[in-house]
Amino acid sequence: MMAEELISVVWQKPEVENQSTDGLLEKSAKIMAENIHAYFGAVHALKGISLKIHANSVTAIIGPSGCGKSTFLRSINRMHEIIPGSRITGKILLDNVDIYSMDAVFVRRRIGMVFQKPNPFPTMSIYDNVAAGLKMNGVRNRKTLDEIVEQSLQKAALWDEVKDSLSKSGVSLSGGQQQRLCIARALAVNPEVLLMDEPASALDPISTAKIEELIYELKKSYTIVIVTHNMQQAARVSDETAFFYIGELIEFDETKKIFTAPSKKQTEDYITGRFG
Amino acid sequence: MVMQPADNNGMSFRFYWRKSKSITMYMLSGLSALIAIIPLVLIFYYTLSLGLSAINWDFFTQLPKPVGESGGGLANAIVGTLILVGLGSCISLPVGIMAGIYLSEFGNNPFGMGVRFLTDVLNGVPSIVTGVVAYTMIVIPMGHFSAYAGGVALAILMIPTITRTTEEMLKTVPQSYREAALALGISRWKTSLRIVVRTAMGGIITGIMLAVARAAGETAPLLFTALNNRFWHTSLDQPIASLTVFIYNYGVSPFDDWIAQAWAGALVLMLMILVLSIAVRIATRSRYEER
Repeated sequence: MMAEELISVVWQKPEVENQSTDGLLEKSAKIMAENIHAYFGAVHALKGISLKIHANSVTAIIGPSGCGKSTFLRSINRMHEIIPGSRITGKILLDNVDIYSMDAVFVRRRIGMVFQKPNPFPTMSIYDNVAAGLKMNGVRNRKTLDEIVEQSLQKAALWDEVKDSLSKSGVSLSGGQQQRLCIARALAVNPEVLLMDEPASALDPISTAKIEELIYELKKSYTIVIVTHNMQQAARVSDETAFFYIGELIEFDETKKIFTAPSKKQTEDYITGRFG
Repeated sequence: MVMQPADNNGMSFRFYWRKSKSITMYMLSGLSALIAIIPLVLIFYYTLSLGLSAINWDFFTQLPKPVGESGGGLANAIVGTLILVGLGSCISLPVGIMAGIYLSEFGNNPFGMGVRFLTDVLNGVPSIVTGVVAYTMIVIPMGHFSAYAGGVALAILMIPTITRTTEEMLKTVPQSYREAALALGISRWKTSLRIVVRTAMGGIITGIMLAVARAAGETAPLLFTALNNRFWHTSLDQPIASLTVFIYNYGVSPFDDWIAQAWAGALVLMLMILVLSIAVRIATRSRYEER
């Protein structure tokens, strides 16, 4: 890729078009997956997924274990690449630019990720955990760092709980706090999209509720894609829901429609608990 | 087997049988732990009781006296050992740590497997062979024995230990930290260096200290390389004294005061390594050790 092209890709501002309320098609697509096939060695994990993810909305991905939800999520920020033997074909467009033509590091700065198990860096303080992404990409100015750390922790609804103990170890926090710390850490590098891989599945109900509230707040400024095993959670937090089954996208529609009047039999069977 | 709570006798027999097995194993492992530390205690006891009498201020400040004169010290050998181990560390630390990072983070390929295998082989090479190799590589081309040659010989001994412990320690760092860092848009090498290495620092330091302790205690590789020197070395391309070679020479000598000084040298060597280990541990202690 040419240098100018790279710079323009990195600095391209997200174009949030004026959203209309009637119908999905008129909303702007932040991410477009086109015919994604993913393989791990001989395993064909994703079989031609095409999906539009709209800006400033929450898209939930549901489906039974092993259906390719996480693989799809990880292909959006090219995290699947770190697994040896993984291969992918098809296109994923972020603001109409194919992420596979960009440098993976830049893709991941624009598309942040929160993992299933909270994973704050154990050798770092709460402050350093949030500042890690910035510091390691060359931000040195203490004042800037202070500001971004505070903002990020506030956005992650953790500031009030940790503002007096920023120098304490990140792993000294409770599980739910650690997960919000990880969200703050991901927000600190100012991504446009936030991918969440079952972010609440290791948490108790109260922490889960906090994370869900947070997702609701965050979608005002970010585009969120969340993988979840919890159907109620998908129904509560998402605007659109995609149902995956054995590597295929069975149905993708407004969450309300998926959970009240799914058009496919398989979707209905899954959400009513008849299989999965 | 179906448990029968009503059968009290059967239950209690099984219960006591299991309990006695547990106690026996507990006592056996405790005994083994005791046996394992006996040699260490004996070594420490003998060096202390036989070496302490020869330790005085002169031992640390004076050069060795010629045969027949009493007194003198091993000041040059103490400094020599520090210089040799320092030289060895200067070469082996960067190479060993970087090689360990490569093997752990990027070494899942035939080249990495080859390096891993050869490193293990190198670990098993007798140290005298290492001395001969350094002799051939450095002493013969240079035309004389030198501290550099000794440092290289020690480095060859240290590299495999450092490489393999670094690799093993880095592999204990959960994949989730690497993923977390990569997902923040941190490049691969920064992730390795500033997240993974930092997380495994304690273990890597332990590996380094093991290598340093081993190098400081080696005699064989120095015999053909650094040789020995009864005087202060004038430069690093000259032969240099070391505690271990002095211990070896003095220990087999027929003079009682030399033998006592050999014991004292052994004691000082042990204490040097102990102090160094403790100092390094304190200096590199993480603030967040408790996990």
